[in-house]
Amino acid sequence: MATLEIRDLHVSVEADNATKEILKGVDLTVKQGETHAIMGPNGSGKSTLAYSLAGHPKYTITSGTVTLDGEDVLEMSVDERARAGVFLAMQYPVEVPGVSVSNFLRTSATAIRGEAPKLRTWVKEVKESMERLNMDPSFAERNVNEGFSGGEKKRHEILQLELLKPKIAILDETDSGLDVDALRIVSEGVNRVRESGETGTLLITHYTRILRYIKPDHVHVFAGGRIAESGGPELADKLEAEGYEAYTKGGTAQ
Amino acid sequence: MAEASIPVGSTTAGSIAVAAESTVATRMSAPPSYDVADFPVPHGREEEWRFTPLERLRGLHDGTAIATGDGVRVEVEAPQGVTVETVGRDDARIGKAGTPVDRVAAQAYSAFEKASVITVPKETVLDEPVRIAVHGEGGTAFGHQVIELKPFAEAVVVIDHTGDGVLAANVDYLIGDGAKLTVVSIQDWDEKAVHVGQHNALVGRDASFKSVVVTFGGDVVRLHPRVAYAATGGEAQLFGLYFTDKGQHQEHRLLVDHNQPHNTSNVAYKGALQGDEAHAVWIGDVLIRAAAEGTDTYELNRNLVLTDGARVDSVPNLEIETGEIAGAGHASATGRFDDEQLFYLMARGIPAAEARRLVVRGFFAELVQQIGLPDVQERLIEKIEAELEASL
Repeated sequence: MATLEIRDLHVSVEADNATKEILKGVDLTVKQGETHAIMGPNGSGKSTLAYSLAGHPKYTITSGTVTLDGEDVLEMSVDERARAGVFLAMQYPVEVPGVSVSNFLRTSATAIRGEAPKLRTWVKEVKESMERLNMDPSFAERNVNEGFSGGEKKRHEILQLELLKPKIAILDETDSGLDVDALRIVSEGVNRVRESGETGTLLITHYTRILRYIKPDHVHVFAGGRIAESGGPELADKLEAEGYEAYTKGGTAQ
Repeated sequence: MAEASIPVGSTTAGSIAVAAESTVATRMSAPPSYDVADFPVPHGREEEWRFTPLERLRGLHDGTAIATGDGVRVEVEAPQGVTVETVGRDDARIGKAGTPVDRVAAQAYSAFEKASVITVPKETVLDEPVRIAVHGEGGTAFGHQVIELKPFAEAVVVIDHTGDGVLAANVDYLIGDGAKLTVVSIQDWDEKAVHVGQHNALVGRDASFKSVVVTFGGDVVRLHPRVAYAATGGEAQLFGLYFTDKGQHQEHRLLVDHNQPHNTSNVAYKGALQGDEAHAVWIGDVLIRAAAEGTDTYELNRNLVLTDGARVDSVPNLEIETGEIAGAGHASATGRFDDEQLFYLMARGIPAAEARRLVVRGFFAELVQQIGLPDVQERLIEKIEAELEASL
């Protein structure tokens, strides 16, 4: 069973000619089939965790380890991590001029699967996945994220999640900026992937709203660059009622 | 890239300038003339020279460039039925398609000794292209070519510029009534070459002209593709593709002169840039004169900036003197391929080199398909890939 193990992870960024530590010792284990919600106030370091795991060059790992089935993830380049099975659904997906969605999806699937998917089954697979996410077929001919609405960008991220079937899916504030209908469609997509039992999900969110659609097995409160408290789904109910105040008051979060 | 309409202003890497204040009529500092003496030596502040590095023109602009005997070799390979002639300066067909509009074009016109004239007879439809190889041997040359299609002839002409040299040369395309001409001009020069020229097309009644200008090489390449119409019912398609590398200056200055009613034009130029001081300039002028009722025109320029340090100046300009037209529009946009895009593609398992290829191929694909000549298309894609390989 695929397991992502994060041990004592410290991460800093360079800002204004100073080094600033954002993650201050994160410990977390995510197994295939499990869903972990990471909840926390703005600035607590949730997105830094997501981007550090994916290998964004802006973040420097100063100490700690991240392994996927014992393999050192931190040693891998961004594309190697993706091919090893780590997927990051981004909060702000990037526009890529000149590349159509269909070309992008196929190139990505070819890279991840190690061979080009058979054209006929691939076309069907993409078409069906798009239908389930309420995406118009014309979407495939548009350039990646160019002129997409907020909801379209998130659906496009989840479309990739469904097609690439990663071992570990990190969803960085996938719920932000979505209306209720879009949130439901996106959540259903995430749930289809979860129900396969093949993917471990790390759901990063500021709000409890998405947890009505996606039921986590574990909830972690992120504050001050580390996990402040872990529990079951009941922890989310407590956050819904009380907010993050208990974790930020006099704490190290900014 | 989204359609961008960016206000007038100075340009920086990856941005565009729209010089809305200048017009087709006012942008030239002297009226067209065949005589170089009618043009003052440019200093670089003139509207038509302000983007061009004059100091790199090797004297083409100030009269100091002198033709050397072994400057540039021209070889023509033409299918049966095509007439290929070398003629003197007094041949009546020379200069009929248009008049030089700047000092270097006039310099070329004033200095060439022999011109080549290629004629496709009436109603002759070629099934093989005419191939013109222009190979620089390291010297300086002035040239003139005329390509004439008699009524209802159809031809494809491929002009291939390679090697090293300094060349100022004009090309006239005379397209007879109902004729169809496709010209592919490839500037695949070595890195030190300088090439300046004006291409004049005169499109006959119900005739069709397709120009594909492809610029990869050279230190400085500055071309003026220009179209005017002899009558009505003509169609002009001007496609261009450039890949501007470190230190290169590639400038394409187009004019479509809708001087007659009921003609169409469609301009689409796309360029990719990479490396420090890569500089691409695109000027797209369309003039719809008062007489040109029923005109339908569109022009587009797209640029993809792959690295920091490259610069694009893109200036579309549409001047309309009659309201009785079918359509007129233009668009210009410059997009960047940046580290965030690279991260996004790599986060989907795509290796860096492939990510870059994907973006550039995608960017050019639509335009390349419109060329309609498989061997040329294949060569362009190979060339684009090679340019990318070299940079990685």
